[in-house]
Amino acid sequence: MNYQLTEEQLMIQDLITKIANEKVKPVRAHLDETGEFPWEIMKILADSDLCGLYIPQEYGGFGGGEMEFCLATEALSRVCGGVGVTFAATALGCTPILQHGSDEMKKKYLPDIAAGKKLAAFALTEANAGSDAGAMETRAVKDGDYYILNGTKQWITNGGEADINSVFAITNPDKGSRGCTAFVVEKGTPGFSFGKKENKLGIRASATRELVFENVRVHKDNIIGREGNGFIVALKTLDTTRPGIAAQAVGIAQGSLDEALEYARTRVQFGKPIITLQCIQHMLADMAIQIEAARALLYAVCRNIDAGAKDYTKEAAMIKTFASDMAMKVTTDAVQIMGGYGYMREYPVEKMMRDAKITQIYEGTNQVQRNVIAKYLMKELSGKK
Amino acid sequence: MKNIVVCIKQVPDTDKVQINPETNTLIREGVVSIINPFDLNALEAALQLKEKHGARVIVISMGPPQVKEALKETIAMGADEVALISDRAFAGSDTWATSYTLSQAIRTIDNVDLILCGKQAIDGDTAQVGPGIAEFLNIPQVTFAKDIQYDNGRFTIKRVVEDGYEVLEADAPLVITVSKEINVPRYPSLKGKMRAKTIEVPVWGAADIQADDTNTGLNGSPTQVVRIFTPPVKGNSEIFTGEATQSAARLVMKLRELVK
Repeated sequence: MNYQLTEEQLMIQDLITKIANEKVKPVRAHLDETGEFPWEIMKILADSDLCGLYIPQEYGGFGGGEMEFCLATEALSRVCGGVGVTFAATALGCTPILQHGSDEMKKKYLPDIAAGKKLAAFALTEANAGSDAGAMETRAVKDGDYYILNGTKQWITNGGEADINSVFAITNPDKGSRGCTAFVVEKGTPGFSFGKKENKLGIRASATRELVFENVRVHKDNIIGREGNGFIVALKTLDTTRPGIAAQAVGIAQGSLDEALEYARTRVQFGKPIITLQCIQHMLADMAIQIEAARALLYAVCRNIDAGAKDYTKEAAMIKTFASDMAMKVTTDAVQIMGGYGYMREYPVEKMMRDAKITQIYEGTNQVQRNVIAKYLMKELSGKK
Repeated sequence: MKNIVVCIKQVPDTDKVQINPETNTLIREGVVSIINPFDLNALEAALQLKEKHGARVIVISMGPPQVKEALKETIAMGADEVALISDRAFAGSDTWATSYTLSQAIRTIDNVDLILCGKQAIDGDTAQVGPGIAEFLNIPQVTFAKDIQYDNGRFTIKRVVEDGYEVLEADAPLVITVSKEINVPRYPSLKGKMRAKTIEVPVWGAADIQADDTNTGLNGSPTQVVRIFTPPVKGNSEIFTGEATQSAARLVMKLRELVK
């Protein structure tokens, strides 16, 4: 469908698609097999000015918004979900700074991210604090102009590769949700180390590690926003980056449909290509409908955010849930259409199916997203009374 | 270094091109045009020299108006200026007339230290235009470069030969044609693409470059293409069919026979 993208947006789409097809496609199976971090690809994206897509021009970026970010993530993920999330995770890591950081903080960190010299990471999750972020155990204790951080963050995308980390810690355990504070912690700060790289089902090119804080001294200037504001920073950030997960899901699903279509066109059984069989045609049609529906909602949400919407929590949760459930179904069907071949590592769709699974889990499970959506529905209902 | 001129040619994507067996001409309909890949290597070499030593990179091309798009692509990659050399009088140029015309265009640019070309175009495959420009300008030329270093007005070039490379030195100004192994051309950047969008490509006609019509176009071309054809397959061919292992074994036996 023609979404009336601007000339700039089409330009971004074209450029990323070209890079994805020429540079990512030939290595995606290797990256999946080895779990190697795609530094070379990140370098190409950086040299093409794509790392600063969503960063304002005054901080060296391109000045795009949610739409540009999602178009890029979708186009990369269409070829490789692992590379797609590596790109998107830097946006997640620096959105707290973008939305809540002081001008000084923005000047200090954003230009290097925009230039692709540094990656960013977002560190909220812990072993005992997943969906229940309030159960966080990482502490930051004030000591003069500094805070002393202790604790361990788990499953942090870009962990160990990112120089700039948005880290959430409890500064006042008595204050509940108002006792959390966000800090920028730079890689190399004494006492800050990384656990082993996790061995994952999918998105294996992306790096996932523990972030370990042992008496890490962080200056108060590194607080993102205000002390005690950490949860608000986290929630606002996730509202903004959740459509990025949806973009990843749409990309992965589209990639699997591309493969299934090509396979169905060339695979001959019973003397003719299987694309001539109605059962296959109907599966392909359903996949295409689902993908287009998700894409249409995604772009609508992005445009709403870029137009300056204040509260888009519900919409972000809706598109994240819809697109990720869709991607799981579509990639599974792609494997089904390709049968035994689809199940084999020699073909890319089993990887896409593995990559799709995480989109239902991270940045808030789809179950939690449904809770959020329902809460909004009830709120709207009571407002109507 | 002051100015580096890069000459590019827009060519049909030969991976996709076919020849009409009846007329022996290229089937151009529906074939996408690309920048000659070796010329992208030349541009990349220029951009790297610019990054290292500072220079302005000026890209020129002779061709019809649609070549403006190709020139804009070079802006997106980082070229500073472009110009299209285009005039009805240039139509039908062979390599002599093309070299002359491009050299006339280069004469209008001040302080040129280096002229870079791809080693050849993938459509004509002549490899004559780069050297031709050097002859018309009466300056040195080094062909098939795989490495270019610059220090204080002097270039050191590694030139690919059959079993290795020669190292040559030459003073500016000169013409260098580059081979594929010299570098990997970069992708356009987003900022470059934005700049390319706003640029109006200047067109230089015969009068602008003071081209003498006895040397340009069909009239100025001492050679003419009489015919293009797909050469017949040489020798006898034999195709082994059947199981892969068996056909491979038969192929090896056949090769052994031939070597004897």
